[in-house]
Amino acid sequence: MAQKAIREADGKRMIARLLKEYTNGTYTIADRFVTVGPDTDVKKLPTKYSWLAKEKLVVKPDQLIKRRGKSKLLLLNADWKDAEQWIKGRMSKPVTVGTVTGILDHFIVEPFVPHAETDEYYLAILSKREGDEILFHHQGGINVGDIDAKAARLMVPIGTSPTAADIQRQLLGNVPKERRELIAGFIEGMFKFYADLNYTYLEINPFVVTGNKIVPLDLAAKLDDTAEFVSGKKWGGIEFPSPFGRMLTKEEAYIKDLDSKTGASLKLTVLNPDARVWTMVAGGGASVIYADTITDLGFMGEMANYGEYSGDPNEEFTYLYAKTILDLMTRKKHPKGKFLLIGGGIANFTDVANTFKGIVRALKEYQKKLQDTNVKIFVRRGGPNYKEGLRVMRELGEQLGVPIEVYGPETHMTKIVSMALKGGK
Amino acid sequence: MAAKKDYILFDKDTQAFIYNMQTNAVQRMLDFDFVAGRKTPSVAAIINPTGSDGFQKFFFGPKEILVPVYKLMKTATVNHKNVDVMINFASFRSAAATTEEAFTYPQLRTVVIIAEGVPERRMRELIAKAKQLNKVIIGPATVGGIVAGAFKIGNTGGTIENIMDSKLHRPGSVGFVSKSGGLSNEAYNIVSQNTDGLYEGIAIGGDRYPGTTLLDHLLRFEKNPDIKMLVCLGEVGGSDEYTIVDALKKKQLTKPLIMWVTGTCSKAFKTEVQFGHAGAKAGSDAETADAKNAALKAAGAVVPNSFDDYGEKIGMVYKDLVKKKIIVPRPEPPAVKVPMDYNAAIKAKVVRRPANFISTISDDRGEELLYGSMPISEVFKKDIGIGGVLSILWFKRLLPDYATKFIEMAVMVTADHGPAVSGAHNTIVATRAGKDLISSLVSGMLTIGPRFGGAIDGAAQMFSEAYDAGKTPAQFVNDMKQKGVNIQGIGHLVKSIHNPDMRVTIISGYAKKHFKSTPLLDYAREVEKITTSKRDNLILNVDGCIGICFVDLLRSELGTKEADEYIKMGALNGLFVLGRSIGLIGHYLDQKRLKQGLYRHPWDDIAYMLPEK
Repeated sequence: MAQKAIREADGKRMIARLLKEYTNGTYTIADRFVTVGPDTDVKKLPTKYSWLAKEKLVVKPDQLIKRRGKSKLLLLNADWKDAEQWIKGRMSKPVTVGTVTGILDHFIVEPFVPHAETDEYYLAILSKREGDEILFHHQGGINVGDIDAKAARLMVPIGTSPTAADIQRQLLGNVPKERRELIAGFIEGMFKFYADLNYTYLEINPFVVTGNKIVPLDLAAKLDDTAEFVSGKKWGGIEFPSPFGRMLTKEEAYIKDLDSKTGASLKLTVLNPDARVWTMVAGGGASVIYADTITDLGFMGEMANYGEYSGDPNEEFTYLYAKTILDLMTRKKHPKGKFLLIGGGIANFTDVANTFKGIVRALKEYQKKLQDTNVKIFVRRGGPNYKEGLRVMRELGEQLGVPIEVYGPETHMTKIVSMALKGGK
Repeated sequence: MAAKKDYILFDKDTQAFIYNMQTNAVQRMLDFDFVAGRKTPSVAAIINPTGSDGFQKFFFGPKEILVPVYKLMKTATVNHKNVDVMINFASFRSAAATTEEAFTYPQLRTVVIIAEGVPERRMRELIAKAKQLNKVIIGPATVGGIVAGAFKIGNTGGTIENIMDSKLHRPGSVGFVSKSGGLSNEAYNIVSQNTDGLYEGIAIGGDRYPGTTLLDHLLRFEKNPDIKMLVCLGEVGGSDEYTIVDALKKKQLTKPLIMWVTGTCSKAFKTEVQFGHAGAKAGSDAETADAKNAALKAAGAVVPNSFDDYGEKIGMVYKDLVKKKIIVPRPEPPAVKVPMDYNAAIKAKVVRRPANFISTISDDRGEELLYGSMPISEVFKKDIGIGGVLSILWFKRLLPDYATKFIEMAVMVTADHGPAVSGAHNTIVATRAGKDLISSLVSGMLTIGPRFGGAIDGAAQMFSEAYDAGKTPAQFVNDMKQKGVNIQGIGHLVKSIHNPDMRVTIISGYAKKHFKSTPLLDYAREVEKITTSKRDNLILNVDGCIGICFVDLLRSELGTKEADEYIKMGALNGLFVLGRSIGLIGHYLDQKRLKQGLYRHPWDDIAYMLPEK
């Protein structure tokens, strides 16, 4: 539920399809943007898009990677045969960009547009609390540099649209006179497009002017996914890709799948499966604070996972969630033993004893492994029926022969972190 | 009513509209009102756009009160001029439009938007509009907030036990604001453990564009002389916290501020992470929690080293203010207890109550409907048929196949007997008078009695009494003759010993073939021999045959005692009623289908024999 990045090809196709509506038909951009995904039948593409075989092409990965040119992830001025080879050589293979390694699985193929450096312009629209800001610079492209310092800006108060005249006056001072009207009309249309489709971020760097045509060469954009019920039809059937490099492990994918099957929320990110501190925290806000506290107390390297369960998942889902974490944490032993923090704040209306049922079931099932891995468990929780929940946990510790320390709302929420990590209060 | 100070949004007299029928939230507000010692309920009315005007019953402490319900916001505002708050439980689709509508009523000053997922652009439009009209929005995506001892928004604060534990029923000195609503219970708990308690707590909501910001509320708290210290919980992402840094630097905030920004763990993640809230994502270094915490500390806020000493720092500042006599701790007021809800008490096993009704045949409460102990899926899996269902629901056991088959045969045989019999006739007349299905059916059904359709029951009783008394068939026939009573189940209008009724042949044939024993049927056949020797149409008729066979069946399956109880209760009449309903409904549909008009009996078919004048 938030601002979500979209693929470059989806953004460009949307512009090609709709910009004419927002400019009384005066601006048309040809829809020549092809997405190649892992399941695309590449051989069939030239029949479907005849221009692929006829024109020089550009190919780039299309999965939210910044500065692709600098990472040599850009093929320019190629014919279809080369493009096909280039994609084939990279599809489904890992690549490292900066510090992040991810698998390449989506590419955009589009016509190569020959132009001079002086034809490149920078345009961005950003959303702020008071309105939307248009940033423009008369020199765009890879080497645009510190755009925050350089760009001309036009703040558009919420609920209004800038006229072409506003745009010319405020933004286009450094643009050759003969191009001002063309660019001003384009920006005016793009702004309407941006606002009407509930974009929250749009950067085109560069767009180029050739003759009386404007072509966006490189685009990054975000949509407000909560506006799906308003703008979803105009967006077309798009999906929101995960950030580049977020490769889900088997267990993470499993929890994501569970999450999608329940109205409740189940989240899991494995940070370091060999680390000693595992958390199973109720509530999105509380889970962040537990992870913070582990970090702030200087144990970032010991933090094995981040995750949360909330929204009252039923016993079965809580059980499966707990089981996944217990399985992960008992696979390998650590000479100093391991910790499991079953934490949470004071619930509003969720019955605490009920939510513990699934966790208790999983703990019982993993009794032997927990003992073998020398796991110590800390519990802290409050809310409806918490006393019963905590009593059950205390009893369980005695039954299982696994040390379980149990605390309620009288103990500060994160105290169990220092108890575990520092061996005392 | 004295005008509220501009920094007061909610006080002990504030009344609100609740938009959408949120009965739980309303009851929780009223429970809070009771423990806070409010004189008037904090909910003036409910606006329910999908319902109609009326009232809804709620508890106000131990009493029950009626809260008005309006379909239109306009009617609510006209009837409740003093209301200046609307708590908007509309969905994310309609939250913006309904808030906009609320803005058109000058009396409504504060709107709390609960929904999560309001589009950002719509929200920004609302923010601009609110500014222009001098309105206050709290939310979206929030649980709301609370003014301790005065006013509680919706579900804030959790259960009433938690509200009492966190001392939210009476005011303290702390103004608290956070984005997260989920953590507000925890924060109020921390505040209550380390200070004299909360004065006001607001959760602005997790969206990127909350209607009011952390700073908006801190500035309000700054102006409120009853609030002595400020506590704030920020989070990674956005730049809201920097406006607080500026306000600290500009001395717009002078009261001690203890603040912590969550999300310091984001550095442990390699790729960009979206935490729970829409706004909680660091887009740049300045948006990280570490940078914000450092900037706040530099500007003079009390910033703990981690959330772990948040409470300690709050306590430290509080003690200092007490020492300086800025805060003078007040004696604890006597605590009021809200009566426990009956359902909660049942769940907690602290009360019990004798039930007014008992059912031993079916149960609709579980995963699956149960007939007896048999789940409905099993009913079909085992294909027990209507006879099986009837045997479970009537006789509390699944009878063997031969018996359930017999029940079905009885239903089939009694289903109809043509349009001329009195039950069908009455149904037809009622149908033609324009009555509905149930009235027409019942009209026919009410005809069933000793003379029409009642012979099944009557025959069963008469024959079994005679048989049980050890009378020979001849004695029985003679006895009845002397009493001048017709033997029920004997005799037919047209059928005779030479022209047997096929229905009787089928039923008695089946009984002879499949029943374990048929003593009563055999007895009846003997009786029939005597009666037909007198007149050849005095045969065992279909009603008698069914009734008598049924007694044989029930006695062999349930034992004589239990079987006779069912017969006394009228179970056999039930069989006829059940079967004949099929036919009566058929006649009703038939007449409707044929569009038959009102029936009027012809004069010449009635002999008018009035007394002479």
